[in-house]
Order: sequence, then structure tokens, then C-alpha cells
Amino acid sequence: MATPEVVFAHTDGGAVTDIAQYEATGGFSALEKSRAMAPDEVIEELNASQLRGRGGAFFPTGRKWSFVPKPEQIAKPHYLVVNADESEPGTFKDREIMLRVPFRFLEGCLIAAYAIQSKHVFIYIRGEYEQEFEVLRDALAAMHKKKVLGGVTIVLHRGAGAYICGEETALLESLEGRRGQPRTKPPFPAIAGLYAAPTAVNNVESITTATSVMEMGGVEYAKLGVPNSTGTRVFSLSGNVVNGGNYELPHGFPLKDLIYEVGGGIANGRKLKAVIPGGSSTVILTPAEVEKATLDFDSLTSLGTAIGSAAVIAIDDRCCMVQLGIRVSQFYEHESCGKCTPCRVGTHWLTQILQKIEDGRAAQSDLDLLLDVCDRILGKCLCPLGDSDAIAVASYVDKFRDEFQAHIDNGGCPLGGSSSLEAVLAPVAMHHAAHEVAHA
Amino acid sequence: MTALFERIQEIRRRYPDELSAVMPALQAAQVEHGGWLPREAFREVADALDLTPAYCLSIASFYDMFRLEPVGETVVEVCTNISCGLAGAQGVVEAFERELGLHAGETSADGKFSLRAVECLGGCGWATIVAVNNRHRLRVSAADVPALAAELRGEVSNGDA
Ligand SMILES: Cc1cc2nc3c(=O)[nH]c(=O)nc-3n(C[C@H](O)[C@H](O)[C@H](O)COP(=O)(O)O)c2cc1C
Ligand code: FES
Repeated sequence: MATPEVVFAHTDGGAVTDIAQYEATGGFSALEKSRAMAPDEVIEELNASQLRGRGGAFFPTGRKWSFVPKPEQIAKPHYLVVNADESEPGTFKDREIMLRVPFRFLEGCLIAAYAIQSKHVFIYIRGEYEQEFEVLRDALAAMHKKKVLGGVTIVLHRGAGAYICGEETALLESLEGRRGQPRTKPPFPAIAGLYAAPTAVNNVESITTATSVMEMGGVEYAKLGVPNSTGTRVFSLSGNVVNGGNYELPHGFPLKDLIYEVGGGIANGRKLKAVIPGGSSTVILTPAEVEKATLDFDSLTSLGTAIGSAAVIAIDDRCCMVQLGIRVSQFYEHESCGKCTPCRVGTHWLTQILQKIEDGRAAQSDLDLLLDVCDRILGKCLCPLGDSDAIAVASYVDKFRDEFQAHIDNGGCPLGGSSSLEAVLAPVAMHHAAHEVAHA
Repeated sequence: MTALFERIQEIRRRYPDELSAVMPALQAAQVEHGGWLPREAFREVADALDLTPAYCLSIASFYDMFRLEPVGETVVEVCTNISCGLAGAQGVVEAFERELGLHAGETSADGKFSLRAVECLGGCGWATIVAVNNRHRLRVSAADVPALAAELRGEVSNGDA
């Protein structure tokens, strides 16, 4: 299987954290090439590549950059903000990109900054990513010494544990020193983003791929992958597979081949029950759908789901789908920022109803109520966090209705305590009885 | 205290607007205070940034990594989100509970350990992920926990446990 490596080019499966080694394999030549062009010509290359955002929404990167007004149109500083807050359950690709190709990523930051005529880059990196922060800090210091920054400042800003800060407007709020709660749109960040100035917000992988696009040329890049989903993607494979990990593959790669060939199949000789194809917020797929799916926008959209953050979670036949719903819903409930009522109340409500079904306390009407609450969240909030819960949970009911029904009919879980997610503990607040004593 | 003040002034200079410095300033204060934010930390950060302690608390209380109460010297966090859950994270949590004599969410009376269950740590393909003071251990199974706990207690664990 010849898989072109674009994001992880020149790494031989390892990490390139030494600047001399990076330069020896053509490092910073894409930046040099970009700076020899006009900013608009760089954007044209991105348009030609048809690169679309890797953060989840799949928005064309070149188009996003072209929305940022020219300096003569808005006389405020322009900003590039890189979203390195990676926290969608199942997703762990940006982390590997930062660890293995930090210079390629930072070179992309400089290319993007040049294209939108910005001198100020902020990288908002997930607080839990300590090692990744250190790698970037050291790489930045090396670039500073080599004088490749060209008058651009790159500030690493560490998050502090809040999934919602991955949503771009919440991220901007957080970066401005406020609680990470989403803003109303419009205005969009391109016009009024960080400090109400023109801002492009991009994902780590989008930015890293921009380096490759400038290296190869947009037209060449667009030859990889499939129409509407050009290029490669770093897929995060996890769950009940033999070989979990990140795999860079061209878009359009068959989902079943990712699971059974690249991933070595389902662990412990079990049977596949379901696949979450694009992070925990996406519609679940049945094994029959997995057979047909390819990993690209069009295929997954036609199956009613989404490529999302390209996080593929394989689930074997030991998992109770109601328990899966509970755990997913607990996550969104815990991470809701509380600003919009349908999300704050609805995610909690979903968890409660699902728990009732799991415990065998639910009446038939509770199943209807569950779907009704999903409907009352969908599209009614400032950001899609609550939607994610509703979409995921409604899809479990839709695809595994018999199993939900069996819980109601049998007065409890048909897996009788043997589910792989049985009693899995969701995070609870820290409590400190022991310390009260210590301080008394 | 003055060292922290100086440190925060340095942080402040990185941002066009000083309010942006509140989060990194709280992070610095938390390190200074041994991993959590006592009352006086909010006063220190507020003074250094011309804010109010109440504002600083409103920020700290929003984010999971700011601790408003003392934590153990070693904080053990086990991811129990979907992928880790499917790989047996609950067994890992229970094994740590036995080994450390703590329930998830608790800190030991001697202040040495805190144990928590946490949301996805971004290592799902290498489940179960256990973060020890933010450093990730990959592919931890319940069977690995006794040896890992012994290592964290400072007992030599060169051989197989
Ligand atoms: C609740 C929520 C969480 C998100 N988390 C992330 C994230 O962790 N990383 C990311 O790049 N994008 C995340 N996004 C998407 C961002 O809002 C934004 O679309 C993205 O950073 C844009 O970058 P791109 O165009 O390069 O993909 C999230 C969106 C939502 C609604
Ligand atoms: S689910 Fe445990 S690290 Fe993502």
C-alpha cells in the first residue's frame, strides 16, 4: 500500500525536532517560496489545492484566508490563531503532528501569517499537552536563533482544561482572558476575531498541510485524495482494534481497510458492532455501512454522518449502546459552558433519561422523550456542542433501536453486566475530606 | 511573591491586551503554590494585573486544570472516555483505587496522591491513558497498575513486579 506522506513527509516514521535536520530535508523552503510571492498568490495556491479545514468543519482554507480583510481595509493588527486545543474524544492527531513535525507546523504558521498579512501568531495549545508544549517552545527558540521568523511573533498560549475552548469563538474569548464561552456569529473572526481585529483561526493539521501545499504546489496537492476531499488526512484510529494509532492516508481510503488492514482488525477476535467515524460528535455507523464507506466528505455525508475530526472509533460486540450514549452524554454535559439553556439543561437531561433506560426504570414514553430532547437541543444554541450530544445519541437510538427497546422490555441491560463500558466512571469533582483534616 | 509578580509582568508583555495574561498568570501562581490556588494566589494575580481577585477566581473556576483545593504531590489521572473505556479504563481506575487506597476524586491524607477519572486526554489509540502529573503513560492495563503504583510510591521497580 503506497501511502503518500504529506503531513509527516521526511520523517521516516520518527520525529524531526532538530532544526539542522529539518533544513537538510528542504525545511523552510516552502516559506521562502511563499515570501517570494505576493500574499494573494499564496492564497491562490491554497485555493488550487482545495485544502479544507482539518479541525472538523472542513471549510476551505484558502477561502478562509481570503475573507481576512487587507491591512488597508481595516487598519488594525491582523492575527493568526492556531487551534491546538484538540479535545474531541477519539482525536489525537494534532498532538502527534506537534511532536513529530514541529518545524513543519511552525513553518505553516509563518506561511499562513504571511498570506493574511499578519505579524502576530497565537497558538492555543491544550493545557494537558505538556510535552507537546515543550517541543514547540524549543523549536520556536531554535527558529528564533536561525532568524527565520521574519519579524513575526509566535506566542504559545496554554489552555487549562475546557473542551469548549476548541470552538473558535470560545477559544478567542479564552485567549482574551475571559471564560471560554462562544460568541454570537456574525461577526465572524475573519472580520472581528481576536481583540475585535481580523483573525484567521485554523487547526494544527490544516496549517501543517499548508506547508506541503506550498512545497508541492496546489495543483499537485489536489491530485491526491478524491474530488471534494483532496490530499491526505491523519486519521486517529482507536477503540477495539489491534493497532490503534494515527495513520496518514489519502482521503477516499476505504473505512473497512483502515480498520481491518491498517488497524489489524478487531482485537481479541471479537466482532465489529459499530464505528464512530469522525469523533464522538458524529453519527454512528453499522457494520453494513462501514463496508460501503470511504473516508472522505462525500461518502460520509451521503451516509448521514461526517468526517469531522477524522477520529475513527471501532466498537466491538461487547459494548452496550445505551452505556455508550451515557458516557458520550456525560462528556458533553460536563463540557457544556452553560451559556445556552438547551445545551446546559438538555445534555444533563439526556444523560438522566439514558441512565433510566440503562437501569431498567424507563417506560416506553422515555424513549420518545429522549428523542424529543435531542430535537429541542439541535440548532438552538450559539455553538454546536449540545448538537454533538444530540446527534450522537439520536444516532445510537436510530441504528440500534432494538437494543434500546430491549432495555425497556427486559427492565434492564440485555448484556447483563458484561458490557465493555459497564459502570465506567465519568469524572467527578475532586473532594477533599482528607485535606480538611490536614488543615484543621 | 515578588518573583511571581515579576514573572507575571513578563507574561503580560507577550500580549497586546493585558487581560490575556490572566490564564498564564494563574498557571504560574498555581505552580508557585504547589499545584493549587489558595485564596492569596488570587490576590497576587489580581495585584500583578490590576484586576480583582473575584475576576481571577471567575476564570479559575471555569477551567478544569485550575485547582481550588490542595492536590497531592502526585496526581494520577485516568482517562475514562470512550476509547479508553472500551479498552478497560474502569479496571485501571479500580486498580489504582485499591493500590492507593483512594476513591477517584480523592487526595490521600498524607497529601502524597490524588486520583481522578478524567475526560479524553488525546491518546485514544494508545488506551488506556494515565497521566501522572501531566506526563502520559500509554497502554496501561489493570494488570500494570501495581507496578506503576509501586514506582510512584518511590519503591524501586527495576525488575518485574
Ligand atoms: C465544541 C467544539 C469543539 C471544537 N474543538 C476543536 C478542536 O479541538 N480543534 C480544532 O481544530 N477545531 C475544533 N473545533 C472547530 C473550530 O471551531 C474551528 O472550526 C476550527 O478550528 C477551524 O480550523 P480549520 O478551518 O483549519 O479546520 C471545535 C468546534 C466545536 C463546535
Ligand atoms: S479516550 Fe482516553 S485518551 Fe481519548
